Amino acid sequence: MSVAVTIETIEKRFENFPALRGVSLDIQPGELVALLGPSGSGKTTLLRLIAGLEQADRGRVLFGDTDTHDLSLRERRIGFVFQHYALFKTMNVADNIAFGPRSRPHRERASESEIRKRVSELLELVQLQGLEKRYPSQLSGGQRQRVALARALAIEPRVLLLDEPFGALDARVRKDLRGWLRELHGRTGHTTVFVTHDQEEALELADRVAILNDGRIEQVGSADDVYDHPATPFVCEFLGEANKLPVKVVGSQAFFGDRPVLGGIQQNQGGAASLYVRPQHLRIVDETPLALPGTVEHLRRNGPLRRAEVAVEGLKKRLDVDLASQVAPAIGERVRLRITHGNLFAAA
Amino acid sequence: MSDAAQPFVAAPARRSSARGESLGVRIALIAVSLAFLLLFLALPLAAVFVEAGAKGWQAYRAAVTEPDAQAAIRLTLLVAAIAVPFNIVVGLAAAWAIAKFEFRGKNLLISLIDLPFSVSPVISGLVFVLLFGAQGYFGPWLQAHDIKIVFALPGLILATIFVTFPFVARELIPHMESLGTADEEAALTLGASPWRVFFRVTLPNVKWSLFYGVLLCNARAMGEFGAVAVVSGKIRGLTNTMPLHIEILYNEYMGAAAFAVASLLAGLALVTLALKTFLEWRFGDEIAASRQH
Repeated sequence: MSVAVTIETIEKRFENFPALRGVSLDIQPGELVALLGPSGSGKTTLLRLIAGLEQADRGRVLFGDTDTHDLSLRERRIGFVFQHYALFKTMNVADNIAFGPRSRPHRERASESEIRKRVSELLELVQLQGLEKRYPSQLSGGQRQRVALARALAIEPRVLLLDEPFGALDARVRKDLRGWLRELHGRTGHTTVFVTHDQEEALELADRVAILNDGRIEQVGSADDVYDHPATPFVCEFLGEANKLPVKVVGSQAFFGDRPVLGGIQQNQGGAASLYVRPQHLRIVDETPLALPGTVEHLRRNGPLRRAEVAVEGLKKRLDVDLASQVAPAIGERVRLRITHGNLFAAA
Repeated sequence: MSDAAQPFVAAPARRSSARGESLGVRIALIAVSLAFLLLFLALPLAAVFVEAGAKGWQAYRAAVTEPDAQAAIRLTLLVAAIAVPFNIVVGLAAAWAIAKFEFRGKNLLISLIDLPFSVSPVISGLVFVLLFGAQGYFGPWLQAHDIKIVFALPGLILATIFVTFPFVARELIPHMESLGTADEEAALTLGASPWRVFFRVTLPNVKWSLFYGVLLCNARAMGEFGAVAVVSGKIRGLTNTMPLHIEILYNEYMGAAAFAVASLLAGLALVTLALKTFLEWRFGDEIAASRQH
């Protein structure tokens, strides 16, 4: 019952602002895809276009083989979960969830008892049994979001769309609901697209992540793909953290100034380039040919790891280096850094 | 966080609030407000009831059941019964369009809605006379078709509609705007038809604002004097609403009778106020919740 979603070269402008500039994406049936990007990247616009809440200026969206342009909002059969829930305040939980099924035209509508049964099943699915008579104002944020999800699922949607579903919740609830959504998706198997600006969320939940920037898709791939093999400098900088080194590629080595810092480069690049190195791929070593000398200027805690900020001659910004537990340099100490892995992009 | 852990601090001699006002200032402000309310609202209202009963119960009953008075009461109720529902429908439509959509001329529409408030009621009435009176723009056409607007019921209704139109719309617009369109979008994606969305989602969300708007609209519709006075021609028994009838009685030195009829209008004002207060008391939580996003 879940359907594939095909997005073909969608363009959308708001007055003079180009929100989407030729975006294409193929989503498989049953897949859980995240649209990740900074504010203004166009991800919410894309989601609303799939939903039918906006119309594209050019391009089309297909559900399976059907062009959604010819479908009304009801015929699309999409379930939409809003960031601020949009629960109907004047109706209790049961009526909220039953709203979709009750909105069907008379001929297609299920009987009242069937609808009530479905509401109970859904409340069980989202683990909110017994709260039928409550009103949205009497629920916590996490509960409201689960009711919103149950309401969207009640119409047996072909595609489930979530707009920053956990954005309005605090960190602990967010983490819990994340795992819960993953589990729910595993059980129900709907084609699901969700928008988020939280990379951790996207990388943890999604089968594939589409990274948007300034109205374009920079890269689509699994969490490992986009994190370990970023296709563009933007993706590299957006996901996780990355130190940036301007280098020159000669032969199979990258040079920072007159020092070779990375070898084994296969791409036929040559010339000026940017080398992105994540903090965990910099190691303090004693002496090796491909090492970068620097001075430790600051030490701090970064979650579970300790981090050193190392100043290197010729670089404006300090390098962020994740420290292994046994390594404990002092401030002011001169160290040598080796790059264990980097991403190279030709300078723009 | 127990109080026992706090060091003992002597209580300040004069309690002042975090905002910095002293008790004296607060008392003074409240006293001034109360004095104003008493002098300009409560006292006149009480005077109406006192004067109404000045000549005793029989005189009161006679004043209120007299044929012209009865006709005036009926006319007032009829005009309100037509003008208020009309304003509800049009006010709802205007508020809905303004709050949920963007379109060219929206600001103009908003200004037009406020127009009756900025125009003197006498001018409002005069406008209709200029348009539909015997010497008005449409005068000859109306006379040719034997349609009477000015100095007849239609004129009264038109003038009342004009003057009371903003109440419903102005109550609804800010509320609807603050609610945004998310609920409506949710309902549409769930497969509801646009009418269902309006009656099951949009309208219930604003039912309290709508009710307040209707209360205000009704109170004004029944009490309107200026615009109606110009348009009605004051034909006794035919085109006199209660406010006009009261004025006639008073001008003929029948003070007690005038106050007797006036007490009915004053009674309406009190009932409106009591209803509003009761509903706020009874459904306060629901009302507050419906205003949240």
